[in-house]
Amino acid sequence: MAHDIKAASQTVTSRPSYLRSLGAIVWKDLAAELRSRELLSSMLVFAMLVILIFNFALELNANERANVSAGVLWVTFAFAGTLGLNRSMAVEKDRGCLDGLLLAPVDRSAIYFGKMIANLAFMLMVEAIVLPIYSILYNVNLFQPVLLAIILLGSVGYVAVGTLLASMAVQARTRDVLLPILLFPVVLPILISAVKASGKILAAEAMNDIWPFINLLISYDMIFIAVAMIVFDFVVEE
Amino acid sequence: MEDKPRLLSIFNVLSLLLLGVATWMSLYYAPQEAVMGDVQRIFYFHVSAGWVGMFSFFVAVIAGIALLVTKDRRFDVVGMAAVELGLVYILINIITGSIWARPVWNTWWTWDPRLVTATIMELVYLAYIMLRQGIEDPDRRARFGAVYAIVGFISVPLTFLSIRFSRTIHPVIIGANDPSAKGTFDMVGDMKTTFFFSLFTFTILGVTLLWHRIRLGLFAEKVEQLKMKVLS
Repeated sequence: MAHDIKAASQTVTSRPSYLRSLGAIVWKDLAAELRSRELLSSMLVFAMLVILIFNFALELNANERANVSAGVLWVTFAFAGTLGLNRSMAVEKDRGCLDGLLLAPVDRSAIYFGKMIANLAFMLMVEAIVLPIYSILYNVNLFQPVLLAIILLGSVGYVAVGTLLASMAVQARTRDVLLPILLFPVVLPILISAVKASGKILAAEAMNDIWPFINLLISYDMIFIAVAMIVFDFVVEE
Repeated sequence: MEDKPRLLSIFNVLSLLLLGVATWMSLYYAPQEAVMGDVQRIFYFHVSAGWVGMFSFFVAVIAGIALLVTKDRRFDVVGMAAVELGLVYILINIITGSIWARPVWNTWWTWDPRLVTATIMELVYLAYIMLRQGIEDPDRRARFGAVYAIVGFISVPLTFLSIRFSRTIHPVIIGANDPSAKGTFDMVGDMKTTFFFSLFTFTILGVTLLWHRIRLGLFAEKVEQLKMKVLS
């Protein structure tokens, strides 16, 4: 009992540590998703459908496959990503959870990073399922360490911008159509470098040609995360 | 309602006069370019419009930062005005460029970094306007507009950088020139005069239009407030 009181008074006087609040937000999202599975399943089915449509739209035969695989993959990730981002922010907004989060005595940037890491986790899970399926369906080996690293870097940049813009889009009247319109022109530099780098990997080009794009991706990730972290305060402010 | 400032009236007349002179200069005063012929004359207004467009977007991002720092809603009016102006000018820039490219590059359009970047810039700021239209609360609209203007402004040069890795055929008239660029030329004396004159003209015109648009925005805001007062 005495211990409880001490712990309670501690939370009143001092904020919980940054990492712990961050972890709590990420865990909240993951736990909710593990129970409902509505976000992941819709992203996955959607991703599969996009790949299926591309198969007919581009006539993915053996010769062309190598050239367009990178493009098809990134378009799939980007489209499935918007679906997830929209949903993850919409549930917060609709059920008033965002207000609850904002009332919690944690730094606003912890909320941003928490949502971002959760969104990244969902995106990586979808990618982890799409990649082997794509490899089997089209007989391309996508499991190359450098390609996986590029996909990780591209996804980080994508969700960094996406989390910020989704939290704005859900507060607008036209939110479902708004997010892709807001997100795609802004996230374009990340998609361009990711597609170029992945394409070069799949074409088995020399690492010397690929490094500049990886460096670009890393710097874009850092720029976008820094900017989003700074301006996120103004987005959630009431 | 306050009267129109004296200086603004002077700017109106000045822009009209300058625009007349700049048109005359680029059509008659500047010498004909040896290789491309008369179509090169569009260059004077093409670059000037691009400059004003870029400058407007720069004003929008500065206004955005100022809004977030001071919370003064007047900066929101400035930001919106600057974005609208920039959209129109970059559109003029793209269209004049296309007209020039048809005879010189033998195509209306090519996926060159500058062309793509200009188009992406239009799309970013169209998205900015759509975002604003979707939000009713004026304070939130101002904040979101400012945030998006900042993020978009950072993203546009990065897009340019990403595409720049592939080769460009767009001529670079000022500064280092790439021998692979098609349709480049050296500016001689009278061309330079004409060029800088139209640059100056467009800057004055841009300032005038921006001023008008900001005034309009402030009036609209006042009308909104009066409406609220009447209704309540």
